[in-house]
Amino acid sequence: MRLALGPVPYYWPGEALLEFYEAVARWPVHTVYLGEVVCPKRRHLRFAEWLELARRLASAGKEVVLSTATILEADADWRAIERICGNGEFLVEANDAAALHALRGRPFVAGPGMNVYNGQALAFLAGLGLRRWVMPFELSGETLAAFQAGRPAAIETEVFAFGRLPLAQSARCFTARAHGLPKDDCQLKCLEYPDGLALQTQDDSPFLVLNGVQVQSAQIYQLLGQVPELERLGVDSLRIAPVHRHTEAVVAAFAAVLAGEETPEAGVARLLPLAPLGLADGYWRGEPGLRSQSSKARPTSA
Amino acid sequence: MELVCPAGNLPSLKAAVDNGADAVYFGFRDDTNARHFPGLNFTPDNAHEGIRYAHSRGVRVFLAINTYPQPAGWARWQGAVDRGAELGVDALILADMGLLAYASRRWPELALHLSVQASASSHAALAFYHEHFGVRRAVLPRVLSVEQVQTVAEKSPTQVEVFGFGSLCIMAEGRCMLSSYCTGQSPNTCGACSPAEHVRWDESPAGLEVRLGGVLIDRYGAGEHAGYPVICKGRYHSGGSPYYALEEPTSLNTLDLLPRLQEIGVTAIKIEGRQRSPAYVARVTRVWREAMDACQRSPQTYRPRPDWVTALRALSEGSQTTLGAYDRQWR
Repeated sequence: MRLALGPVPYYWPGEALLEFYEAVARWPVHTVYLGEVVCPKRRHLRFAEWLELARRLASAGKEVVLSTATILEADADWRAIERICGNGEFLVEANDAAALHALRGRPFVAGPGMNVYNGQALAFLAGLGLRRWVMPFELSGETLAAFQAGRPAAIETEVFAFGRLPLAQSARCFTARAHGLPKDDCQLKCLEYPDGLALQTQDDSPFLVLNGVQVQSAQIYQLLGQVPELERLGVDSLRIAPVHRHTEAVVAAFAAVLAGEETPEAGVARLLPLAPLGLADGYWRGEPGLRSQSSKARPTSA
Repeated sequence: MELVCPAGNLPSLKAAVDNGADAVYFGFRDDTNARHFPGLNFTPDNAHEGIRYAHSRGVRVFLAINTYPQPAGWARWQGAVDRGAELGVDALILADMGLLAYASRRWPELALHLSVQASASSHAALAFYHEHFGVRRAVLPRVLSVEQVQTVAEKSPTQVEVFGFGSLCIMAEGRCMLSSYCTGQSPNTCGACSPAEHVRWDESPAGLEVRLGGVLIDRYGAGEHAGYPVICKGRYHSGGSPYYALEEPTSLNTLDLLPRLQEIGVTAIKIEGRQRSPAYVARVTRVWREAMDACQRSPQTYRPRPDWVTALRALSEGSQTTLGAYDRQWR
């Protein structure tokens, strides 16, 4: 199995992003997904700068994929998608049917936003030029096994294996709302929260993270403990969603387990201190997503 | 414009038909539709009777098969498509690409509508569904402003249907996993958001507490109205006082926008609420029929009548209504 680094979900300033990817070039990840997938108001890099960055990473030996937005609202969002899909150099991750429309048969990755829940949807997309699909994170390992048994030839499977889950997305900006601001005058508040803005329940349990128009899980979802099973199922790629400080350590932990230098249990133990709000792996077992077998994540009583 | 009303069961279907719906939509009694609640929805027999009742009164019938089948359940969803076609529904409301591919191949004559659960919000996405599956109409997700709906309606090759009234999903539908994060069940997988068997109410010294899958969604003081615990309408905090971090308990009501929606070429207004009672469906349908007729007759002089507004407010969550994302200020 290979490692893939998902797009940065947070609003980091341009310099911070470039610095981050300078380091990524040296990390043991095979694939790097690039682009702003959450909010079109975030203008850290211009399209030409994204492309330059993509070329630098490609020349460092990475497979680079340009990711498209999950939700389109304005016409400008559509023009951005057309630009990405017509880039002519790099594979594209489609997260919305509009991207499929713009791709017109060019090869693509079906991102987590494509909602591929069954083999018939997968077969349909295969006919359009699908190279790789990312399983919806709310599906279980058992469901993945059924997929893998009937997967079309030459289609790769990627599984979300580390990060805060992008649980929902709205037209409303929740970070702006937390500051009493409307989205049209958000003052780019997301810049103040490089890991998102954590919300607690009224009994002070960590629950959600606000990331602009996106709502994430506070708990970090991780499947490092399931690596042997993922390997047995023939999964090609594990996706790590970047977090603010510890992404390099996370990649190292996954790489060590994939290389057989460390047991999955020892790998998970390395992740624990990096996730102070808890780890979760419930979806994999067909349970509520926030449940966890392998950490001290918040227990639930239901 | 066409008025499309919810039919959670046969009495509701008749209530909608009798009170002026142009079309009704329903689902089968299983997880193939996004209102999979106990005691709700149709067996093949009462679907047959409902369709006969509606058709004999000139009302069209749409069947919602708008959850996402997984490999183990595929046969059930495929069966629902076949049963709907054989029952003679006027359109299927689908979200999943696998199912759209199947239905368009197997039943090429049958009209397909794109469910809001597909979350297609741009003319390009609608063009994709039209080109590949022959989708004739799309229900737009509740993330667009009126201006954006207009752009989509103008450029889209499909008809456009928008939500007019009812419970307000503030997230892009079909892309929201908040419910399964706490309960293991989501609209996509099970046709349920915040299923009742995962809800627990407790009296505590701090107030009345409601939990979903063990997670404290809200706590109510004396005299506060306690709402159903959907995660997006709970109160949480980030160090300060708890607040409605995502949305207040409120319903969507677009009576004010009717002339505008008519002018920009919206084909149909959808009323949410298959989980509601026949009496609710009757009252809401009646108000909307009157409003749409008034708007049709004279869009320039149209104003929502006070008795309509009062009637709808009484039927709304927390007695509050909003224009939601149609109004840029809401965002």
